[in-house]
Amino acid sequence: MTEKAIEAKKKGQKKSSEDYTYVGMVFHRLTRHKLAMAGVFMLIFIVLFVFVGPLIWRLDPNAQIEGLNGLFNPASRAHPMGTDDYGRDVLARMFFGGRISLFIGFASAITSTLLGAVVGLVAGYYGGWADNILMRFTDAMLSIPTFPLLIALASVFGKGVWQIILVIVVFGWMVDARLVRGLVLSLKEQEYVEAARAIGASANRIMWRHLFPNTLAVLIVSTTIGIGGNIIYEASISFLGFGVQAPFASWGNMLQNAQQFIWNSPRLIIYPGLAIFMTVLGFNFFGDGLRDAIDPKLKL
Amino acid sequence: MATRLVEVQKLKKWFPIKGGVFSTTVASVKAVDEVSFFINQGETLSLVGESGSGKTTAGRTLLKLLQPTSGKIIYKGKDITKLTPNQMRPLRRNMQIMFQDPYGSLNPRMPVGDIIQEPLDVHGIGTRKERKQAVATMMETVGLRSEYEKRYPHEFSGGQRQRIGVARALIINPELLVLDEPISALDVSIQSQIINLLQELQQRLNLTYLFIAHDLAVVRHMSDRVAVMYLGKIVETAENDELFDHPLHPYTQALLSAVPVPDPEVKRERIILQGDIPSPVNPPSGCHFRTRCPYAMPICKEQEPLVIEVAPGHTVACHLLTKK
Ligand SMILES: Nc1ncnc2c1ncn2[C@@H]1O[C@H](COP(=O)(O)OP(=O)(O)O)[C@@H](O)[C@H]1O
Ligand code: SF4
Ligand SMILES: [Mg+2]
Repeated sequence: MTEKAIEAKKKGQKKSSEDYTYVGMVFHRLTRHKLAMAGVFMLIFIVLFVFVGPLIWRLDPNAQIEGLNGLFNPASRAHPMGTDDYGRDVLARMFFGGRISLFIGFASAITSTLLGAVVGLVAGYYGGWADNILMRFTDAMLSIPTFPLLIALASVFGKGVWQIILVIVVFGWMVDARLVRGLVLSLKEQEYVEAARAIGASANRIMWRHLFPNTLAVLIVSTTIGIGGNIIYEASISFLGFGVQAPFASWGNMLQNAQQFIWNSPRLIIYPGLAIFMTVLGFNFFGDGLRDAIDPKLKL
Repeated sequence: MATRLVEVQKLKKWFPIKGGVFSTTVASVKAVDEVSFFINQGETLSLVGESGSGKTTAGRTLLKLLQPTSGKIIYKGKDITKLTPNQMRPLRRNMQIMFQDPYGSLNPRMPVGDIIQEPLDVHGIGTRKERKQAVATMMETVGLRSEYEKRYPHEFSGGQRQRIGVARALIINPELLVLDEPISALDVSIQSQIINLLQELQQRLNLTYLFIAHDLAVVRHMSDRVAVMYLGKIVETAENDELFDHPLHPYTQALLSAVPVPDPEVKRERIILQGDIPSPVNPPSGCHFRTRCPYAMPICKEQEPLVIEVAPGHTVACHLLTKK
């Protein structure tokens, strides 16, 4: 903003386009991104479904409701999505399974992004042997075939929500580490980093106060897209039987459970499948839009 | 007698160029090549020369932001050349730098109040309240309204950003301030405001300046002494008036001849420099300036001219003067 613009602002004149804050500018561009807005609506729908739904529809998702007669009931007024192979209400399970799937997606995406950011910051800022060791380790992690190891890990750590998050994080931080390292390599040549060194700032301070905030925009995009990916990951792990364990629901294990009944009760596959599809698509659309709003040239 | 605040002796900063399969050093950018100068307490030494002559590198190496390849840096009688970055940290309170680029030198994700306050945070000076107060005072001192402390750098003009840079550098009361072309990125109309501010602050706070510049009119206005740099070497040093009135090195003469002379009585022959500044990777043998010097002689190719003192405080490195 020029001196003139500041003067103008003091006098309470209308904002010029230069006056937008960074966040304001990103928001503005985002609202004009059609795909991103489509993503936002899908996500709002999913979030309302998963969090508000159970307030209205108060059936216990784990209860076997109507005895032997209640198995595989088709949709009815009592059970809008029918019942499953144990006679549990599918709608209630969709709500609770969605919460678990979203929680796993969020928690693992944020944790793995932060872990990747730490590795990338240290490697990029220090360079030299620290960079070499960390990046060779990253390469090694990337070249491990995940699924066989997953199965091995599941037998060591057991199966459950926290174990899935742990596994996704352990195998999910590498791309972010590379991304942040690359950014830091160019950011650290900026004069404000030299300025921070000139005032005597420690390496830690430079990494967290100066470099990290400047990678944040990119990390938010990466996390957003990561949530979608991790929900699929959860579904695949659950599909192999190493995920969230019965009787607790996740969209992933609902799918897994339903595969045996695909010919008799295809709806048991369709509902969780559709929910996963919509959530992942929503996060991807939104993440793409966010990336374009932040920096159209960014490659992620 | 004036006391020396800082002195460098035969300071050298070569940047290795890595290459080949095993990334060995294949050559070096000889950015600063055995440079010696000193700055007295309270004075302004200007470092002038074309772009690429090594001024920025010299300034940064002096502050140990770059580790010198060889040579010595003596600050207040203490050799600081070998200090580690951690050992340097307390000393950074005394020596600060203001950068050329008003855009790149401020973190775009930090409000300016935080930027200016950071040196106090780093050195743990004062309570939180005292720091806030110091920031407000410093902002007013450099001519910024203290209400703007919550704003981000992009909301300010180039001139205002340089004021932020000054505020950050001065908030911990340094003795030495390296000014790396502080006005060359600014509009001409704003340059003089910043120069006046810097002069006023120097008076008020008894600051010592290393003023890096290529605008000689400003240098004449600001400096007590001037050192002229060409391709990694200092070719001439003298008191301000002495240098402008009796430039002895052909390079200094060429630089000065490009400056318009206010007095029409003084006729100065205009010397046009031929060609570009050579690469500091392979500087010419002997005198670095010989490829562009109108007086170059055979000896200039064979021997590097020695630095000789032609008058008290006036040193020159040129064979024209050794011959006599
Ligand atoms: N980090 C660096 N790595 C390699 N070469 C550098 C580096 N910094 C500066 N140089 C080179 O050193 C020479 C002097 O640069 P500089 O000190 O910026 O000169 P000036 O400030 O006088 O324009 C230039 O040729 C420049 O390309
Ligand atoms: S030493 Fe020779 S080439 Fe160098 S400036 Fe003097 S006369 Fe010119
Ligand atoms: Mg420079």
